[in-house]
Amino acid sequence: MTAGGTLGRICQDGEVVIRQGEAGDCLYVVQEGEFEIVHELDGRETVLRVARKDEIFGEMGIFEKAVRSATVRARGAGRVLTLDKKNFMRRINEDPTLAFRVVETMSRRVRQLSDQVAELTRELQRRGTGQP
Amino acid sequence: MAVIGGGPAGALFSYFLLESAARMDLRLEVDVWEAKGTFATPGPGGCNMCGGIVSETLVQNLATEGISLSPGVVQRGIDSYQLHTDVGSTRIALPVEEMRIGAVHRGPGPRDVKDARWESFDHHLQGRALERGATLVPTRVESVVREADGRPRITGKDGTSRAYDLVAVAVGVNSTLLKIFEGLGIGYQRPTTTKTLIREYYLGQEVIDRTLGSSMHVFLLDLPRLEFAAAIPKGDYVTIAVLGEDIDGEMVDAFLAAPEVVACMPPGWKAGDRSCQCMPQISVVGVEQPCADRFVFIGDCGVTRLYKDGIGAAYRTAKAAARTAVFHGVSEQAFRAGYLPVCRSIAGDNRIGKVAFLATRVARRFRPLRRAMLRMVAAEQARPGHLRPMSGVLWDMFSGSAPYADIFLRMLRPAFLGRFLWAALASLWPRRAGLPIASPTGEAP
Repeated sequence: MTAGGTLGRICQDGEVVIRQGEAGDCLYVVQEGEFEIVHELDGRETVLRVARKDEIFGEMGIFEKAVRSATVRARGAGRVLTLDKKNFMRRINEDPTLAFRVVETMSRRVRQLSDQVAELTRELQRRGTGQP
Repeated sequence: MAVIGGGPAGALFSYFLLESAARMDLRLEVDVWEAKGTFATPGPGGCNMCGGIVSETLVQNLATEGISLSPGVVQRGIDSYQLHTDVGSTRIALPVEEMRIGAVHRGPGPRDVKDARWESFDHHLQGRALERGATLVPTRVESVVREADGRPRITGKDGTSRAYDLVAVAVGVNSTLLKIFEGLGIGYQRPTTTKTLIREYYLGQEVIDRTLGSSMHVFLLDLPRLEFAAAIPKGDYVTIAVLGEDIDGEMVDAFLAAPEVVACMPPGWKAGDRSCQCMPQISVVGVEQPCADRFVFIGDCGVTRLYKDGIGAAYRTAKAAARTAVFHGVSEQAFRAGYLPVCRSIAGDNRIGKVAFLATRVARRFRPLRRAMLRMVAAEQARPGHLRPMSGVLWDMFSGSAPYADIFLRMLRPAFLGRFLWAALASLWPRRAGLPIASPTGEAP
C-alpha cells in the first residue's frame, strides 16, 4: 500500500485507530483492508466484529459524549478515512438523508447483536439443562 | 427521468435519485444524456475543464455516502498548501495527519497523455450511477421542448427522442445547450461567469515527487488583473489554474515568469512546453431560478460555490435535487420548498465569500500585510498543538473546506485581529520580532 494517490491514513498490521477508554470526536470509514473491533476487559480481549471496505466505525463517539467503547485496530495492512464531527453534523443538518447510511449500519449491528444474544442464551440454556 | 450532462453533478444526481428511490421502493428509469459518452477520450473530447481538486469536505461526504475514491482515481493525495508571495513562502499542513484532498483529472488526461494509469474522475462517478441502474445515452442533445401535457421531450443528434417526467440539467456553464433552456420560457437565465485558464504540464511522477510534492501551491502575487493562481500536482502532470480579470496570454506569461512560480517548478522547465490548455468560464453568480415545473438545474449551471469546491457544490445541489424529486415531487413548488433553500444557502455564503476574498486582495496589494500573514502562519506551524487561527483561515479559504461565513466570522474575532495587528507591527521590524520569513520553498532559512 503506497501513499501516492491514496487518501486517508495507511495503517500497518495491528496499528490501533481507536483505543478503548479514550475520548474521541470523529468517526472513520474503511477505505481498504479489514479492521477488528475489540473489547478489552480485565486484560482479556474479545473480538466483537470486523469492519470492511466502506463500513463506518467510531460513530458512537460522536453521538454520545462517552469514551470509546472498544479498540479498533488494523488486521493486516489497511486504510481508513477520518470524518470530522463538525463537517458530519453540518451536512446532516442540511441533508438528513446522509444519516441513512449510519442508521443502516447501526441497524445491521443491532441485528447481529440480537443474533449473538439469542445464540448465547441458547448456549446458556443448553448448559443449564445439561444438554449436549 | 432524464439527466442532461454526465459529469459529477449529473452522475451524483442519478446515483442519489436511484438510491433514494430504492429506499422508498419506487421504480425509476433514469437516462443520462452525455455527448462525451464515458469520458474515455484524452484531451478536450473527454474532459470537463476543471482544476481537478476534490476538497477535504467532499472526500469525507462521499465516503460517508459509500463512494470512496480509490488510488486508481486519485492521482495524488494533497496533505498541505504552500502559500507563495513576493515576501516569502510558507507551508500550511492539513489539520489532521492524513491525506484528505484528492488531485484528479476530470477526463482520462491531457491531449498528449502517454500512459493513462488513472481512471477519469467523471468516468468513475458516471460508473457508479450506471451501476445503480442509470442508462447512458451517448449522444448530443439537439432540442428540448415541452409537450402539451407539460412533460419535457429531449431529442438527440442520433434521432433518439423521449419524453420525461423530469429533466435535471447538469451541463456546466460552457455548454451551448444553455441557450435552449433560456428559450424555453421557464425563467432560466444562465449564471454570470468569468474566464479562467487551466494548463497542464507533463513533468513525470518522480520529478513531481521531488519538486512540488504532495502540496498544492497557491500564489498571492501582486500582478495586474491576477486574482489567484495555483499549481496542482497530479500523477505525471501538474495543473496550473489561473483566475483573474480579462485573462489573456500576456497576463499568463507574466505569472508563469514570476520567480515564485519558477522556483516551484523543476530546473529547466519551460512555460511554453505545455501539454494542454483551456480557458473555460466559471460561474461567479448563480442563477436566480434554478428550478421550474419538471426542470431542475444542478451544479455549475445552477448555483455553485465562488471560486472553490465546485465539485462539492455539484454534490450538494445534486443530492438536494434528487432528494426533492423522490420525497416531494417534480413540480416547481416542490423544488422551491426542497431544493431552492440549498441553492440560496450556497449563494448567500458566496456573498460573504466575496468580502473574504476582498481581504486577500487587499493583502495581495500591501506588502506589510503579506508579511504579517506569513509571519502568523510560520509561527503557528512551528508550534504544533497550539491554536492556528491564520493557518485555519487560509486553509479553509484555499481548500474550500468550510463555508465562507464560518471563515469570515473567524477573521472578525478580536483575538485573530489582535494577533494579525501584532504580526503586522512586528513585520515592520523584522530583526526585533525574531521570526524568520520562510524561503520560497516554504522551508525556514
